[in-house]
Amino acid sequence: MQDVVLALLAKEPSHGYELRARLQHALGPLGDALNAGQVYVTLGRLEKAGLVAAQRVGQTDRPDRKVYELTAAGQDRVTAWLAEVGWAKPVSAKFHLKLVAVAAAGLADPVAIVDAQRRELLRQLGDLQGAALAEPDGSSAALLLEGAVLRLQADLRWLEACARHWEREERA
Amino acid sequence: MTANAVLRAAGLRKEYGRGAALVRAVDGVDLDVAAGEAVAIVGASGCGKSTLLHLLGGLERASGGELSMAGERFDTMSETRLARLRRNAIGFVFQGFHLVDELTAAENVELPALLAGVSPRAARRRAADLLERVGLADRSRHLPSALSGGQRQRVAVARALVNRPLVVLADEPTGNLDSTATTDVLRLFDGLRRNGHTLVIVTHDSRIAATSDRLITMRDGAFVDETRLGGGARRLGSLAGLGG
Ligand SMILES: Nc1ncnc2c1ncn2[C@@H]1O[C@H](COP(=O)(O)OP(=O)(O)OP(=O)(O)O)[C@@H](O)[C@H]1O
Ligand SMILES: [Mg+2]
Repeated sequence: MQDVVLALLAKEPSHGYELRARLQHALGPLGDALNAGQVYVTLGRLEKAGLVAAQRVGQTDRPDRKVYELTAAGQDRVTAWLAEVGWAKPVSAKFHLKLVAVAAAGLADPVAIVDAQRRELLRQLGDLQGAALAEPDGSSAALLLEGAVLRLQADLRWLEACARHWEREERA
Repeated sequence: MTANAVLRAAGLRKEYGRGAALVRAVDGVDLDVAAGEAVAIVGASGCGKSTLLHLLGGLERASGGELSMAGERFDTMSETRLARLRRNAIGFVFQGFHLVDELTAAENVELPALLAGVSPRAARRRAADLLERVGLADRSRHLPSALSGGQRQRVAVARALVNRPLVVLADEPTGNLDSTATTDVLRLFDGLRRNGHTLVIVTHDSRIAATSDRLITMRDGAFVDETRLGGGARRLGSLAGLGG
């Protein structure tokens, strides 16, 4: 969540409510689970960590609003996040938001991020597969490895769908 | 890698149709396959994998570009010489097995050797050795109809090897197989790779792709990504969910 918020801020400084609207749009029906508080809590934490800076903007008819922007440390963090290929579980919403944020902010090519992730998962699959093939017939360790192999295969299929989607978006 | 390239393609193209119906099935592919290397080419349905494999194996003529096998150009070869090259230097494994239904497993494996002029005795010996290697020694007299899909595919692999080809080309070798049969075929290809065979496999099965040395991703007829695999097995515990 923190990284996604930072990435969205990399494009331009925003109000909290704008960030929340963009996240909700990206998540569709799943976005209902995202309450307003979460975005503000995240922004507060990021501010405390020195990754974003807030500026009060006076409004005539309503109370002041904060506009958040990235600090230099925040920019470094976004750069590091873009290069990251960790695949913690459950992963899909996080990775999906990464692609949405990256595309919205024009930070990087989402297809390149999918490709980097795919390479990482294929390396993992190769390692697991190699170990599974080295097991003798009927080994119970092979069964454990097969579970991991099947999960990675499902993740890889989903990444293919991600690549197709973002390629289409790029062409459009 | 360039010095000992067994199979090389440069600027390879294949177009079908013309005008509005023009399809660039293979669109400018450069590929060097080193001796003993296992290359997997993956990509969505229709991206041109089978077409590329047919060009690499001399089964179809390219619209443009150059092809060579062990340093010898074959895109410009006569049909007769190309047919000989296909028979002696290339082993094919197809998705649909392409076994002759009327011949036993052993006879299917022998056939390309006999066509290449190997003596019947030598052909029979080679077939027996290969069927042993693919774990089907006890099925050699069965007809394909009496074999499972995975077993048929292993016969097809044995047949592809019978003329000791420089390179084995495989199109979706696990395409029609269930998980267990896929594992058998994976194990077989993994063994071939370890024994120094040169392999080019096109597939959408990430499992077989992940056992290669080099993985190439194809989109719309062109290569868009390349990764070297292997040498891993460090983080198995965490990959299998044991934490750490
Ligand atoms: N003989 C042909 N005539 C016209 N178009 C063809 C011919 N063969 C293939 N094509 C077209 O070329 C493109 C690539 O086809 P190809 O069979 O190589 O794809 P593929 O990657 O092997 O797909 P799959 O994974 O479904 O097997 C497709 O658009 C296909 O329709
Ligand atoms: Mg095909």
